[in-house]
Amino acid sequence: MWSLLKIELFKVFKRPRTYIAFIAVWAIVTLIQIAIYVDGPKYMDFVMKDIKDNFDVIGNPLNGYFVCFIILQTLLIHVPLLVALVSADMIAGEANMGTLRLLITKPISRTKLLLSKFLASSIYAIILLIWIAILGLFVSMLVFGTDGLMNVKSYEIIILNGNDIFWRYICAFGYAAIALITVASLGFFFSIFAENSLGPIVATMSVIIVFTILTTLDIPLFQSVKHLFFTSHMIGWKGFFEMKVDADGVSIPGTIRNLPAVLRSAAILVLHIVLFVGGSIFIFNRKDVLS
Amino acid sequence: MKQKVTIFLTSSFLLLTSFCCAQTADELVKKVKAKMDKVNDYIATGKMKTDVVFIKAPVANIKSYYKKPNRFKIKRDGGISLLPKGGVSVNVSSLLLSDDFTAIDAGQTTINNIVLKIIKLLPLKENSDVVLTTMYIDEKNLLIRKASTTTKDNGTFDMEMQFGKYADWGLPDKVIFSFNTKDYKLPKGITLEYDDGTKKPELPKNKKGKVEISYSSYIINKGVTDDMLK
Repeated sequence: MWSLLKIELFKVFKRPRTYIAFIAVWAIVTLIQIAIYVDGPKYMDFVMKDIKDNFDVIGNPLNGYFVCFIILQTLLIHVPLLVALVSADMIAGEANMGTLRLLITKPISRTKLLLSKFLASSIYAIILLIWIAILGLFVSMLVFGTDGLMNVKSYEIIILNGNDIFWRYICAFGYAAIALITVASLGFFFSIFAENSLGPIVATMSVIIVFTILTTLDIPLFQSVKHLFFTSHMIGWKGFFEMKVDADGVSIPGTIRNLPAVLRSAAILVLHIVLFVGGSIFIFNRKDVLS
Repeated sequence: MKQKVTIFLTSSFLLLTSFCCAQTADELVKKVKAKMDKVNDYIATGKMKTDVVFIKAPVANIKSYYKKPNRFKIKRDGGISLLPKGGVSVNVSSLLLSDDFTAIDAGQTTINNIVLKIIKLLPLKENSDVVLTTMYIDEKNLLIRKASTTTKDNGTFDMEMQFGKYADWGLPDKVIFSFNTKDYKLPKGITLEYDDGTKKPELPKNKKGKVEISYSSYIINKGVTDDMLK
């Protein structure tokens, strides 16, 4: 299994298209950082338009933690598309090159072959996430410094102490890894049905885009069913940036407001992974491979 | 003729009484100001609690820096805080910054078993942001226990002070600052928020916010540098 995984990882990282995602992430993160460095105060004015008339801000809200929060908010909607580029190509790419049939004639089970391919695409997603963490969190901390974090929501502002944030980012990145692996598993699932990689890549992207739009639209019909879309649970990492409050309405540092809800969302994503990968193995083991 | 003399005498008495009382109110304010003027600067250490329905913030460890006549800065360690804006910062000295006001005696009241003189301060400058300040002064100890300031642009602010070991300097151990808050709302599309099922808070009708600062210690008249006030 380890040898199979090494071969699959070699294939993934030998392809030039794999590195498109790393370059794209670098470009997006750098552009966001430059934009905030130049125009950050204007952005803050917009975000705080309803409270700046009433309040003075003590501290530096435009710091590395806040910049990373914006980057994650932006990227974790789009990175799934980059993950789909690789995961949706895992089987369909082999079929397209005509090597899939040859591959399954080798004395290894189809299940092991699929699992090694899925693990390789998951490792790729995790490495991409580590790349985002290096650029988005650590570089932002270096450039913008650190202070407390203002988590600006539509109806409230949550203020986190500077020493109560880093561990939340570790948890958030861990959660984001599960979210990206869910996307990888969806792309992988579509991949077994196609003979070229374009179809599954577009299908995965379409599902994510449609579900994300439906989740974002503030229409009662969609609001009542949005919990059924896995994209609603993909932004569960934000739950780590909310705190419990005591009877006086004062936040308690070191706590998570609704940890069971975050864990439930993570469990739903894991269930999707199991379903997609399990479904892929089940269908592929019964499939007559002709290409 | 007799009636005219009675009216004249009554009017004169009322005028004299009001003059006498106005002097008393003015003197009282001056005495309080003189007591507070003993403080040239201070560094105060304390904790700040914010109670605004749409702000969820932990208790913050803060340091307040004050330097005569009107320089005041609150800093906190490792974090961000939101402080209510307005002509009145969360600082007692700022209430009596200027001499350009008329003090009017408005009677007395009792709060927490302490008899307090009610003094209304009317600014003399027409362009002043402060419209009216009502102070509740503990005449015996020369302490402002409560103050309510109405401004043109920022609504009404209430300050409640509790005194302890620094009462001789006129510095409170606890300041409770109440103010009106406006609505807060951002479009959901911008924030892309995670719905964890937690019930959204409902804004109360009066929309009052509160900031409570409890000071544990003061370093008085030992010097405050400009760097500290930046």
